[in-house]
Amino acid sequence: MRKLTSALMTAVVALMAFTAVLALLLIVGDLIAKGASSIDWAFFTKSPVPAGETGGGVANAIVGTGIIVGLAALIGLPIGIGAGLFLAEYGSGRLGFLVRFIADVLNGTPSIVIGIFAWTWMVKPVGRFSALAGSGALAILMIPMIARTTEEMVRLVPHSLREAALALGYPRWRTSLRVVARTALGGIVTGCLVGIARVAGETAPLLFTALGNLNFTTNVAQPMQTLSLQIYVYATGPFDEWHRMAWAAALVLMALVLVLALVARWVTRQRYGRVR
Amino acid sequence: MTTLPQEPVPAPSPSIETRSTKPRWASLRGINASDRIYKGVLTVLALTLPLLIVALFVQLFVSALPAIKRFGPSFLWTSTWDPVAEIYGAAPMIFGTLASSLIALLIAVPLALGVAIFLTEFAPRWVRQPVAFLVEMLAAIPSVVYGLWGVFVLIPFLRSYVVPPLKAVLGWTPFFQGVFYGNSLLAGGIILAIMIVPYIAAVSREVLLAVPASQREAALGMGATRWEAVWTAVLPYGRAGLIGAIILGLGRALGETMAVTMVIGNRHDISLSALQPAYTMAAAIANEFSEATTSLYQSALAEVALILFVITIVVNALARILIWRVARGAAVGSKAL
Repeated sequence: MRKLTSALMTAVVALMAFTAVLALLLIVGDLIAKGASSIDWAFFTKSPVPAGETGGGVANAIVGTGIIVGLAALIGLPIGIGAGLFLAEYGSGRLGFLVRFIADVLNGTPSIVIGIFAWTWMVKPVGRFSALAGSGALAILMIPMIARTTEEMVRLVPHSLREAALALGYPRWRTSLRVVARTALGGIVTGCLVGIARVAGETAPLLFTALGNLNFTTNVAQPMQTLSLQIYVYATGPFDEWHRMAWAAALVLMALVLVLALVARWVTRQRYGRVR
Repeated sequence: MTTLPQEPVPAPSPSIETRSTKPRWASLRGINASDRIYKGVLTVLALTLPLLIVALFVQLFVSALPAIKRFGPSFLWTSTWDPVAEIYGAAPMIFGTLASSLIALLIAVPLALGVAIFLTEFAPRWVRQPVAFLVEMLAAIPSVVYGLWGVFVLIPFLRSYVVPPLKAVLGWTPFFQGVFYGNSLLAGGIILAIMIVPYIAAVSREVLLAVPASQREAALGMGATRWEAVWTAVLPYGRAGLIGAIILGLGRALGETMAVTMVIGNRHDISLSALQPAYTMAAAIANEFSEATTSLYQSALAEVALILFVITIVVNALARILIWRVARGAAVGSKAL
């Protein structure tokens, strides 16, 4: 009887793991089934056509995603990596504890709240929506994420390496940058890629910052489209043609995020072997 | 026999030579200028995080002040939301947020704990890594893609296969009353459940991995079956961390925006029935903020954001404290992409 219960519960938890994996496979499968057929050359090279017409693409959204996420990375990565290095090198005290705790709490802050914050600071004073405000919002989202992963990766560097460098007479800052950070570089890059992948799919903080734009633009002071915003507009719109485009755009976005995540995983695997 | 050098071996770095007036060991104690600058720069960068959280709170509070002054605490239990008459109450959204998160937890917790237990205790070694990776991938899917899937796949599925039997069996309870149009609390809750499974599973897994092997061995050694070892030794040991993982998932569910906005129906109404449309705080902000024309309207939405912010901060802080008690200092959950 007890053996039976044990076997039964083993089967139950195995079934649950299977269900979770099935959910992923279903979603990805649907994306491919409904999106793949709409992806052609025009999809990547043309901007949207007026509602009701067929054809067109999401070139504006792809470029927009690149610009907005790129700018966000430019702002967010240095601050996040710096904060992460601080946590790893000097983070044993009370300030380190506080910063670590706040980073973890900020990681769970709803992105829509960050959106309102960015709107109040970067849209309201200027009086116009802009890609820059969207980048600002995404950068805020990135900082705590990057800080924590950087810290973890730097902590993986063996202590003996640091001691060796210090024993050679290296000052602490050179030890930290030239030896420790350099050794952890692969891991830090991984963390950055994961962070970028995460914000690339964000929609909520862009709703009232970058706003969206049906035309092609590279002007960061203007509203700009991203893939995520485009999917939202198309999915909630009334036209079948839009729904078709939404699936295709979702497939592209998903592929982008998955590739970044897989590259990140591959880099980690190369460097540290199997992480548990 | 070689003579010992009078001085320590010169360091290979040229920058050391330029500071030869200082004693060599000064650099080890971190008291030279460049070390201080380095530490200063890093400290300033790290301080952006506390600064950010304070700025967020202050800014939201200032934006919400007109609404707070106008409606006072009754904002929390008023269920009228009338932009024309300028009367705002957040009760339906607060209800919808809590209700959808509750449904999500009801579904996600057993599932996620099952995944974590399977991966740490029962799965063959070659299965663990790939399955953990696939489950964590659920967290990589953008919210808006979940929303799209919810609108065009999940809701039709619910309409044809789930709701009719559900109504047949449980239709008499207040929770399954009324006509099912698709966009509903139920759809929102299910989408949320799928979205938070990877977080709860990843953190629970790390918590369970942190349980010492001796706990298992002791239980097994006393003749427990493998399941009994999990149930009586491993789970109780990691209880605080597991509760932390669940609360962390709750925090995610409370603040999730896009997917919920797309499937929950967005109606300012309190209905006990899971088949009826509802609203969440995050969805209301997403939907209405860019249309909010009057400053009081904007302020009311800012107050909603403030409430949401404070709730998620409290929830997340609680979760972190619980998790840290088990897996001290580790950034658990950060691996769940």
